[in-house]
Amino acid sequence: MTETLLEVRNLGVAFHDEDGVLRAVDGVSFGVARGEIVGLVGESGAGKTLTAEAIMRLIRCPPGRISGEILYRGRDLLALDEAELADIRGKDIAMIFQNPISSLNPVFRVGAQLLEAMLLHLPARRRTLRDRVREIFTRVGIPSAERRAQDYPHQFSGGMCQRAMIGMGIACTPSLLIADEPTTALDVTIQAQILALIRQLAAELGMAVLLVSHDLGIISQMCRRVLVMYAGKIVEEAPIATIFHAPAHPYTRGLMACIPHLEQVPERLGTIAGVMPGLRDLPSGCRFHPRCPIAEPRCAVTEPALRALDETHRVSCHLARKD
Amino acid sequence: MGFFILRRIGQTLVVLAIASIIVFTLMRLIPGDPIQIIMGSEYSKEAEAELRRQLGLDRPIVVQYLVWVGNVLRGEFGYSYLNHERVSVLLWQAFLPTMCLVIGTTIVGLLIALPSGIIAAVKKDTVWDYGSMGFAIMAYSMPSFWKGIILIWIFGVYLGWFPIMGYVHPWVNLSESLWKLTLPSLTLGTFFSGLVARITRSSLLEVLDQDYIKAARARGVRHTMLVAKHALRNALIPVVTVIGLQFGTLLGGAVLTETVFTIPGLGRLTVAAILNREYQIVQGAVLLGVVFVVGVNLLVDLAYGFLHPKIRVQ
Amino acid sequence: MEQARGVRTVDGDVLPAEAVGVVRHDAQTAEYARLWRRFCRNKGAVFGLAVFLAIVFMALFADLISPYNPLVQNYARPMEGPSTDHWLGTDSFGRDMLSRIIHGARIALVVGILAVLLAMVVGVTLGLISGYYGGLTDTIIMRVMDGLFAFPILILAIALMAVMGFGVRNVIIAVAIVSIAPFARVTRGDVLAVREEPYIEAARLAGISNRAIIWRHVLPNVLAPIIVQGALRVSAAIITESGLSFLGLGPPPPTPVWGSMIAEGRNFIVMAPHISTFPGIALMITVVGLNLFGDGLRDVLDPKLKS
Repeated sequence: MTETLLEVRNLGVAFHDEDGVLRAVDGVSFGVARGEIVGLVGESGAGKTLTAEAIMRLIRCPPGRISGEILYRGRDLLALDEAELADIRGKDIAMIFQNPISSLNPVFRVGAQLLEAMLLHLPARRRTLRDRVREIFTRVGIPSAERRAQDYPHQFSGGMCQRAMIGMGIACTPSLLIADEPTTALDVTIQAQILALIRQLAAELGMAVLLVSHDLGIISQMCRRVLVMYAGKIVEEAPIATIFHAPAHPYTRGLMACIPHLEQVPERLGTIAGVMPGLRDLPSGCRFHPRCPIAEPRCAVTEPALRALDETHRVSCHLARKD
Repeated sequence: MGFFILRRIGQTLVVLAIASIIVFTLMRLIPGDPIQIIMGSEYSKEAEAELRRQLGLDRPIVVQYLVWVGNVLRGEFGYSYLNHERVSVLLWQAFLPTMCLVIGTTIVGLLIALPSGIIAAVKKDTVWDYGSMGFAIMAYSMPSFWKGIILIWIFGVYLGWFPIMGYVHPWVNLSESLWKLTLPSLTLGTFFSGLVARITRSSLLEVLDQDYIKAARARGVRHTMLVAKHALRNALIPVVTVIGLQFGTLLGGAVLTETVFTIPGLGRLTVAAILNREYQIVQGAVLLGVVFVVGVNLLVDLAYGFLHPKIRVQ
Repeated sequence: MEQARGVRTVDGDVLPAEAVGVVRHDAQTAEYARLWRRFCRNKGAVFGLAVFLAIVFMALFADLISPYNPLVQNYARPMEGPSTDHWLGTDSFGRDMLSRIIHGARIALVVGILAVLLAMVVGVTLGLISGYYGGLTDTIIMRVMDGLFAFPILILAIALMAVMGFGVRNVIIAVAIVSIAPFARVTRGDVLAVREEPYIEAARLAGISNRAIIWRHVLPNVLAPIIVQGALRVSAAIITESGLSFLGLGPPPPTPVWGSMIAEGRNFIVMAPHISTFPGIALMITVVGLNLFGDGLRDVLDPKLKS
């Protein structure tokens, strides 16, 4: 029985502005087990990044407000103060971001930034850690590590920056790595390399990964279990095979129908009619019902809860059935 | 980096050249025939032609300009009949007090502006923020000459803590010099700090919003270190640039402050020279002011290049 | 406007207008209303606007609202502090301070606005030409602007006045000349950005003349920061003008100008501090108000600039 590393219960992220309250993430609950690679997939604006940042409590509050519980090894992260959080960040839970170049401080050398990350959490001596910088750079695939550590971020390519970020992420051997769209800003060829790197490191270090992406292809390569988000809520949670071959939620089905197959060339690409609603115009009841092909009157009235179809598959839809 | 320095210096020289042309043109546009001013009302044609030739006024305007530039580069600014002294000597004597005022102002200004801008950014939208920025707006909105008069009234006359006028070279008598420079430096310094505080705040706020700050935070860097080390280093770079840009305004304020506090600096010299129609002094003083401003801007730009790794390293 | 609700696609599906981004006509007015609301939320900016309107009011109706003639001297009651007869006291010639301050607003405003308008017309034109056409024209214009910019404002103004002579008209011209460079720079910067926009290229391909493009397409899109700069430069112009008047280079006495009033009161700072203090307060409130107003405009019109 693999232990649950992270358990998110009823997570809500709301923003208060002059015109009212915007619930960007509403009632999100899921878990990540030790060593597991879980995917969090959804369109831009669905709330994936906010969910990820909420776990690390990187969201500025105010104007944001985080509610719910985030249990890491049993401790509620939302109840900790800044000092305790700073302890956990980087050491137990690490995060890498979408734009690797802008995630590095332009006025400090890359090696120095990695060194600092380690000095914060590891009790080793400075000299030891300097050697470790070189080791880590080599491990993540940065050539000429010694020389590169002295470079500034603007001298690194996008791919190398992301490798450096990954290096900083794993430097203190965290048990959970949150990767927010780690390859979106990179070339396709580099994408594959970075993903492979993450997969390798996760296996080597027994690290769990929460991979946030809008790209179903990446999710399918990397993740064993997938969470589908829509308009701030989780609409489906299932193992990867189920999501692709037997999705239960109409939205997930729509997504799968959009993927063109190489063998049968369709006349038109599939679409899901309409657009995801903005936070200010959330529909009543089920948030997907205006675009749903099988919506019934009750879908506009009551929000469906996330219920279990079987032990690995949960859906938030009134009409979903196991087939 | 070397190329950057060369390019900057080149630009500076061009700007100086254009500014010198502007100064020269302005002075030539002043109504009144200089011959008449010197010779009075009665003079013969021969004497006039002779004087004109002596002063070089018979040559084409471009040549006159070049001659003037040549003289300036050699330190020759002309002669002041009113003061019985070479203009260059007058300029040098006036330059030093202005320099001291400027240095005092910069120190006071930065001592006030940097902490207040940083606090305002870190404690955004709180009392600290509004208070700091409110003070900053008041500080640079208050005309410096008026502020000087008020400070004289309160601290000089009413409380009697500081002298209200005059100037002493620091190497002649350090304590008296500092004492006499206090009120003027406060006057101009608060004005300067108003400008710098606002830019410090906005720059720091912008930096704090950046991805790399978020990433550093995600690695466990604590708040104080985040601001002091990661953010400040980036935020101060544009501040340095703005300080250079505002230097011209500062010098303008110096003119007024010197008048109020009776400091025998470049500002007072210029104003007196205008009122006395001593245009050679005005020419020299304005040019010196321009060189000063352009020089400081050049230094600031070079400092920017040095501070920003993108420019420093290839 | 019901037809605008649905947009027909090639195959005959009807998509809701919002999905395709069709902007309805009254959305524009709603946009202006929203900007106004945002502006009003900034208390400082509203204060600034109020100050500006008050100054304009004082300038327009100075003769009507002044209790006394600002030029009339009264040797019987010089240098009196505030009293029921003279709310702000009298100056060394016995003239009523309140009336003089009210009239001073007129000069300050006239000089400020005229100088800035003049500078705006010249500076924005130069900036448009420089930014749009680029090349040698751009380089030359910008180098000259740099040359102008290198002069400390007050010193350049003083030098100009040495050439032109003193007095109101020349103050306006001098202040205008020193204010040109900021407008040119700001305009040029934005024009450089707008120039690359697709709709400019589309207009060019459609055969519209360069001049028309600049006037109809570029200018409206760079207007926002120019307006902000305008508001801020008016306050700078007023400060510069009062500085020049303080030095004695402005309108000659007995014209009531805040700068020269402060200078006059300087000699009496001990016995009658109000002579310098009140005009200074008026000047400060005006400048603070205009600065807050300009900042408020900037926050509303140019959200990219965080302040």
